[in-house]
Amino acid sequence: MSRSLSETLRLEGGQVLATLIRMTGRFDLAEDALQDALLVANEKFSDDRLPDNPAAWLTTVAKRKALDRLRRESKRAAKEAEAMSMLTSDQDTQPTDQLRLLFTCCHPALSPEARVALSLRTLGGVTTKEIARAFLVSESTMGQRISRAKSKIASAHIPYRVPEDHELPDRLDAVLNVIYLIFTTGHHAPFGSWDDRVDLADEGIRLARMLAELMPDEPECLGLLALCLATAARQPARQSRDGSIVLLADQDRSLWNQRQIAEAAELVDVALRRRRAGPYQVQAAISTLHSIAKTSEQTDWPQIVSLYRMLEQLVDSPVITVNRAVAEAEVSGPQAGLELLDTVEGLDDWHFYWSARADFLRRLYRGEEARIAYKRALDCDMNETDRAFLTKRLAEVG
Amino acid sequence: MPKYAALIYSPAETQGTGTPEDWARIMAEYNEFGEAAGAAGVLAGGEALHDTNTATTIQVKGGKGGDMVTTDGPFAETKEVLGGFYLLECADLDDAIKWASRIPGAWHGRVEVRPVVDFSEE
Repeated sequence: MSRSLSETLRLEGGQVLATLIRMTGRFDLAEDALQDALLVANEKFSDDRLPDNPAAWLTTVAKRKALDRLRRESKRAAKEAEAMSMLTSDQDTQPTDQLRLLFTCCHPALSPEARVALSLRTLGGVTTKEIARAFLVSESTMGQRISRAKSKIASAHIPYRVPEDHELPDRLDAVLNVIYLIFTTGHHAPFGSWDDRVDLADEGIRLARMLAELMPDEPECLGLLALCLATAARQPARQSRDGSIVLLADQDRSLWNQRQIAEAAELVDVALRRRRAGPYQVQAAISTLHSIAKTSEQTDWPQIVSLYRMLEQLVDSPVITVNRAVAEAEVSGPQAGLELLDTVEGLDDWHFYWSARADFLRRLYRGEEARIAYKRALDCDMNETDRAFLTKRLAEVG
Repeated sequence: MPKYAALIYSPAETQGTGTPEDWARIMAEYNEFGEAAGAAGVLAGGEALHDTNTATTIQVKGGKGGDMVTTDGPFAETKEVLGGFYLLECADLDDAIKWASRIPGAWHGRVEVRPVVDFSEE
């Protein structure tokens, strides 16, 4: 598959930037040097004529540009010499550079919003404008968010390294959350096309794959990649021609991406064999069970129920209980689902809670109560696709 | 090596409360931190401050040489008051956070870590 020049440069840019930051010790200088190198690349190459090894080519040019910039900016020879020595020693691109960059971007001293934006900007090469659009804020707000985070990294000396083993569990969680948020933002983005928009779901998968390759011994990294793949595999069937949402049970399974499903299933297997279960692995296992079922009826619901029980042990969130209720209803009927929902508190503002309740009531032929529940669901915040679906359901129950 | 100010805040309503035993216990905790940070070569300074009811706020209005206005009390009435600070010399923010989390103020109140400007770097 041949890539365009711009796509190639965007995809390779993250690796190059990561290496440059290590070599120069400076985010801003590394970014400027990379921009310089990208300009040269755009003049020199085209879609038909790409460099043989784009990352190596970019690194070499960007390194030279960084030196040029240092010479111009610093009047002090000592500083320059120091910079030169930094640049000439240990120049090789190291795969862990990207890991360093990812952990720095996802440092807990940065706000969660900034972590996501900075990861997309630096590792994904996604423009500030595109990030702003995906997260529904103005370009200037997003620009400020990113530059404030970068200046904090520099002024507060946030280290550029992969955390040590004893810090890893907490720090890795932050990284996994950022990547998953990028993926879900793309996956749940309002449907409808943006011209040459970077697909955040693809970007999430790419980052998850990078993380899984760099930290293959961490089963949660494999779990995250599996979860993204198993979810993305069903994407082509999630929307009907008129743009409305298609429920899992009603989807045309022949549209599902079997290659992604197979990869997800294998990753789940490998991860779970490590016997260090975590939330991403369990969610991936659930998603994969949905994806490997040949028909909706053949879904292994009892297994899904027990996986949700496992997830409830790992994560204390009533959201999981609502999901288990939906699975319980498939195993033991809507009355069982409804009884479990009755134990859930604090989700009155979540449309899915009400729509699950409404669905159980509908199946129990309690139309009036179902109608009230659908109305409660429609009072909640949600995207237009979900709203259209629930409005249709409400009309059906009369 | 970068320096960080670790600013120790505690809830305003706890100012001046506490039994002598409480104080002795808290002082022992601070001594323990001071010894550990000192031995590690991290401690570059620090002081404890008297209560905010001893504070005086000064402002010179109308620019340099203007009228001095002196007010009783802290600059801002807040729910949390600055009770003291340490100056920590650490390799990076991770190191500073690690040390800040060992300051007793972190569990009796909160500790804000702020990098100190190094003018030689500007």
